[in-house]
Amino acid sequence: MEFELPAEHEVLRAEIRALIDQYVDDEAIDETHRSGTNHCAPLAVALGKAGILAKAMPGAGKDPLAMWLLSSEAEKTGAPFDSVGMSLVIAGVLDAVGTEHQKQTAQAGLLSGEELVCFGLTEPQGGSDLPAITTRASYDETTEEWVISGAKMWTTMAHVADWVFLLARSESESGRHGGFTVFILPMDTPGITIDPIWTVSTERSNATFYDEVRVGAEAVVGEVNEGWNVMSLMLGFERGMASTGYLTPLLRRFHQWAVESGEIDDPRHRERMAQVAIDAQVSELLTQRTVWTAATGRAPGTEGSMAKVFASEAYQRHARWAQAAVGPEGLLGLGAEGAAADGWIDYDVRHSIPMTLQGGTTEINRNNIAERHLGLPRSR
Amino acid sequence: MALDFALSEDQEAIADAFGSFFNNECAVDVVRDAEPLGHSRELWRKLCEIEAPGMAASEAEGGGAASLSAQVVVAEGLGAAIAPVPLLEHWAAVGLPGVAGLLVDDQIATVALHPAHEDSWRLVPGGAVADLVVGIDGDELVAVSSPPPMVAPANHAGAPLANRSVREGDRVVLGPAAMLDGALDRWRTLTASALVGIADRSLQIGVAYVLEREQFGRLVGSFQSIQHGLADLPALVDGARFLTHKAAWAHDAGLVDGAGVIDMDDGNITEFAPLAAMAFVQAGDAAAESTDRCLHYHGGYGFSLEYDIQLYFRRSRGWANILADPGRERLRLAGLLWGAPTEGVG
Repeated sequence: MEFELPAEHEVLRAEIRALIDQYVDDEAIDETHRSGTNHCAPLAVALGKAGILAKAMPGAGKDPLAMWLLSSEAEKTGAPFDSVGMSLVIAGVLDAVGTEHQKQTAQAGLLSGEELVCFGLTEPQGGSDLPAITTRASYDETTEEWVISGAKMWTTMAHVADWVFLLARSESESGRHGGFTVFILPMDTPGITIDPIWTVSTERSNATFYDEVRVGAEAVVGEVNEGWNVMSLMLGFERGMASTGYLTPLLRRFHQWAVESGEIDDPRHRERMAQVAIDAQVSELLTQRTVWTAATGRAPGTEGSMAKVFASEAYQRHARWAQAAVGPEGLLGLGAEGAAADGWIDYDVRHSIPMTLQGGTTEINRNNIAERHLGLPRSR
Repeated sequence: MALDFALSEDQEAIADAFGSFFNNECAVDVVRDAEPLGHSRELWRKLCEIEAPGMAASEAEGGGAASLSAQVVVAEGLGAAIAPVPLLEHWAAVGLPGVAGLLVDDQIATVALHPAHEDSWRLVPGGAVADLVVGIDGDELVAVSSPPPMVAPANHAGAPLANRSVREGDRVVLGPAAMLDGALDRWRTLTASALVGIADRSLQIGVAYVLEREQFGRLVGSFQSIQHGLADLPALVDGARFLTHKAAWAHDAGLVDGAGVIDMDDGNITEFAPLAAMAFVQAGDAAAESTDRCLHYHGGYGFSLEYDIQLYFRRSRGWANILADPGRERLRLAGLLWGAPTEGVG
């Protein structure tokens, strides 16, 4: 085994870090918390112009290491990246199964960093049980249009997105994984409305509603009624982008507090800080293994699940410890006077909450590992 | 330069050779027959036949000069077989210059993990069977040859532990006490790898058991509560394995004594010593967790001596805790990562 990045990737890492340093200042980060939108437009556009987004797009024959470097550098530095991460997932899907038209419009827009996309997947009655969705797409033969009606939850970025990647049932009687069609359509298509969902972590998400939204065949991604194949691809890419690098900034912030408060010599803190450092290394190594698996041309399945469950559970566990260890000042939020580590400890606890939910819950990932890695019988 | 999570060709060859060796020569009855001493002379003799004990010594001293990356591959196989031989202690000792030449024939060397106290090294791993003990005496690193007691106090792992005298026997000064630091970090890395072997094999044993045992008319392994308990383990095992290999890689790349990186702001660590400590703690946790859960999923049978999982359970604790309370090891790691505390312990 070897644990050194290839030279060209060290160059890429430096390039990414320089752009982050140039475009992400305190004001840019403050703005993400005020608006709830984890996006920094100047950074996204600069990454697009430099060709880094195109390089980092997931998919067969692509460079998974470049993708990991980009998300890892963003996580370590706290650069707003959720928006761009979503763009990369969909750009990768369109690269694999999109039409020429979709590549020239949506994919080009996303890879330029100028345009954004939201995911219309989960519905009010469920997320983990994705095949149970009820959003309908019916074909109107007179106008040769698809007519889409339904409601989607957690369409994060919808209020700033140019596109929605939308999963709908196009046939009702086609079994559990048959009869789905995936669409990509402009968010300004008539019939789409957006309601904000405000969350514990300052992040704004959205509920979106689709009332007889009409689109042509150009909006269909992949084959009609074969949308589950597209979803498998998309969910695989999303798992590959899962955030696993948040222990490093948590530890940095806790250390900052420990030094500032004079508690850095407390052996209770030191012992736990060492454990956080170990879990940060394990998270990174498990993630690098997933990336390496993809880079060697194999589709990572359970490797991504292992990295995601380990890293997200560790982040929650250690954020909870950090807040408790800090005491009352760990309750004070961003911008509050006297807050430990300027409020970042409180933020980390909040921010860690959805990590075990989004992109496949811990339980769904455990099912995946149990069935596909350990060979245990299907349990549901 | 590369990021590569596959074993190298050399590592594959070693894994195959030693995997076969432990499969053929160290079935679980060898482990059971070796209790309570925890040592099989026959297995050690066979290891000597294939010249395994000398692998870690330098070429100048007649050894095989095997890299640490090669040694950890053997160590994982040893752990998976819970082989009752102090090979890893021996390797940590003969990796120190001047030690291999003090041994004759099939003699065994070991390292005392803590400085001598009242002229005695306490609970030396392999101490019950080793002909030579390397350890700290005051500010010196010394090697003492004396007849091994060939008896161990009753202990959790059924390990060949013993207190050894610093004064009785032939005593050679190897150098300053600090010379032992590198050997102990190699011992940590090797023991981590053995613990990975324990964790991984225990998981295999646990999965096999829940796929044959039925309750309520169903396979135990079909219950989601049990599946989820098992599903957390592969990440622990793999994480510990990668940390162990990263430590060995750093050692072999010369990233020692400050030549590697420790950048906590960036989460970037390539220095051998902290990686060895991390691997040791993580592997100990993985082995304890894996054996704990997999024993539990055996139900009452896991508690009986008849089932093999208890052999793994006891060694997972014994092989890790012989160094120190893992909390102390974490405190030592904190010192490596952030510097020593300005005052007080830790």
